Amino acid sequence: MSALEIRNVRKTFGDTEVLKEISLAIDSGEFLILVGPSGCGKSTLMNAIAGLEPVTAGEIHIGGEDVTWRTPAERDIAMVFQSYALYPSMTVRQNIAFGLEMRKVPKAERDQAVERVADLLQISQLLDRKPSQLSGGQRQRVAMGRALAREPQIYLFDEPLSNLDAKLRVEMRTEIKKLHQRLGTTIVYVTHDQIEAMTLADRIAIMRDGHILQLGTPDEVYNDPADMFVAGFMGSPAMNFLSASLEGGPGEYRVRVETEGAQAPLVLPWPVERETEALASQVGRPVTLGLRPEHFSEEDERLGDQAEGTRFEATTTVVEPTGADTLLQVRLSGVEATVRLGPKSRIKAGDRIALRVDMSRAVLFSTEDESRLA
Amino acid sequence: MTPTDSLSRASSRRAGRRSLAGTLERVLPRLVVAPSLAVALFFVYGYMLWTFILSLTGSRMLPQYNFVGLEQYARLFANERWHVAATNLVVFGGLFIAICLVLGLALAIFLDQRIRQEGALRTIYLYPMALSLIVTGVVWRWLLNPSLGIEALVQSWGFENFRFDWLVDPDMAIYTLVIAAVWQASGFVMALFLAGLRGIDDSLFKAAALDGASLPRVYWRIVLPCLRPVVFSAVMILAHIAIKSFDLVMALTGGGPGYATDLPATFMYAHTFTRGQIGLGSASAIMMLCGVLAILIPYLYSELRERKHG
Repeated sequence: MSALEIRNVRKTFGDTEVLKEISLAIDSGEFLILVGPSGCGKSTLMNAIAGLEPVTAGEIHIGGEDVTWRTPAERDIAMVFQSYALYPSMTVRQNIAFGLEMRKVPKAERDQAVERVADLLQISQLLDRKPSQLSGGQRQRVAMGRALAREPQIYLFDEPLSNLDAKLRVEMRTEIKKLHQRLGTTIVYVTHDQIEAMTLADRIAIMRDGHILQLGTPDEVYNDPADMFVAGFMGSPAMNFLSASLEGGPGEYRVRVETEGAQAPLVLPWPVERETEALASQVGRPVTLGLRPEHFSEEDERLGDQAEGTRFEATTTVVEPTGADTLLQVRLSGVEATVRLGPKSRIKAGDRIALRVDMSRAVLFSTEDESRLA
Repeated sequence: MTPTDSLSRASSRRAGRRSLAGTLERVLPRLVVAPSLAVALFFVYGYMLWTFILSLTGSRMLPQYNFVGLEQYARLFANERWHVAATNLVVFGGLFIAICLVLGLALAIFLDQRIRQEGALRTIYLYPMALSLIVTGVVWRWLLNPSLGIEALVQSWGFENFRFDWLVDPDMAIYTLVIAAVWQASGFVMALFLAGLRGIDDSLFKAAALDGASLPRVYWRIVLPCLRPVVFSAVMILAHIAIKSFDLVMALTGGGPGYATDLPATFMYAHTFTRGQIGLGSASAIMMLCGVLAILIPYLYSELRERKHG
């Protein structure tokens, strides 16, 4: 049985359609992340699940019950907000217990719940403080504690880490993941940060303009994106999109990429096992080749022709060492392409270098409508 | 003269000019505020001091400096009319502040429900504040006048037995002051509360809705405690309006009937300027000052302490 099921939900504000026929279902214990650029409708969808915004059409089921027209309080959900939304005049203890108090849970049970949650999140020493006396990370913990105290069926997280600084954000991310693994809770989590989405989610729903473009595991959306938007949105540095043309026929398709200057064009054989029906109609037409930075590698002279992939040469324009990797910008096909190499690379800007490209995970899009071809 | 000499002299002259500019830069702000500071010191604090000195003398028609100690204060507290004025202040001030707070908060909460035409409504409620208290007093004097205003109107509709003659009833006249003052100031209190409400994070309401709190509960348990500083400021402002109230009384009731609606301010005015009792008037003025300070000092103390805790 699915913990949450959304059926054909639509939401309009006046003439603007914010959610267009959204349907999805998640299982109990699953961690779903809604990700997308601002204005894509992900927060509206979350508010609709929470019952804070009535939907225009469609149904929402939680734990098998139709809750479409129930109030937020009647839906058995808890929410963690971006601004934490802690009640400023109450102590941490009162904040955590407030939801239980409103539900007329006896005092002894409330105290027990507070103790349990405080132990779990290691905030026992903060219980008698006011929110204004806490740091950002501590407030975040309290906000999570308030949600956990009620033990609802579904937890909603609305960009919970956006207000934290970079280091704390990574820490809290790990913390949330641990918590989810330990408690096996069902979580719907909204973020615009694709790294958060990749690291936390069991499944990711990528949204744009009120549609869900793709719903899949992090591996699926990263390696098998539904279209060019998803491919470009997931992954950092972003996927390289190269203008190319398709040649050949079934069994021997080739992608031809023009390189800079008087160089011979780069002709990349398309892996046979990744051929699709859609390719046939695109022969001789412009297509977009999607290559992730890690699909490139530095030519290893010792391997010679034994090495996998196609060899080509390019001029580096920028070198960005990040410590763990070195990112290069090279000129290719009229655009700068990002290449991710190992940290030992000694390349300097302006160097002419030999690279190999691994086509086994490359993706091909139609230039016209940005849909996935292969 | 050696070249080195002239060089060093030139540089020292430059240094001199620089230090002159530096001095000017340091002194200029003080120079600019000095006149207003001097005026404030003289006309506000100087006269305060003079009033205090006069309150220790036996001055009647004109200021005299025959010091009589605290005798004027003893006379003041034995004075029946002062007791009426002081009691009136408690009644008027208490009701005025309480009603303004409740009404202002209610209006602010209703206006905060994202209603249409909010801007226009806000202006309408705030507008009485733009009137002088004298105008408010005159308007309400006509409205409350039994033979001209509301009573006459309702009686002309056929309700012959309708009576609304608080303005001329010594026991009720003080409440007409409350009505007029509330009408004038509640819009302002509403604006204060509205600003406070707008400062409250929207997600607090969402969080409370998810926690299962009803709307009145949300306001009582979560929003009102957040507005405590606003309540405090509003009480401060209303309290000093109440203590200073003079023009409203003069325009609406003139302190009457008899001296039934006397407030300390009108008491002070009557004794100092029309009844030739400068000493007694000064003593009452100093008592009003003490009243203001009694409210102000705890307020300043808490404000400054909070700032320090930052």
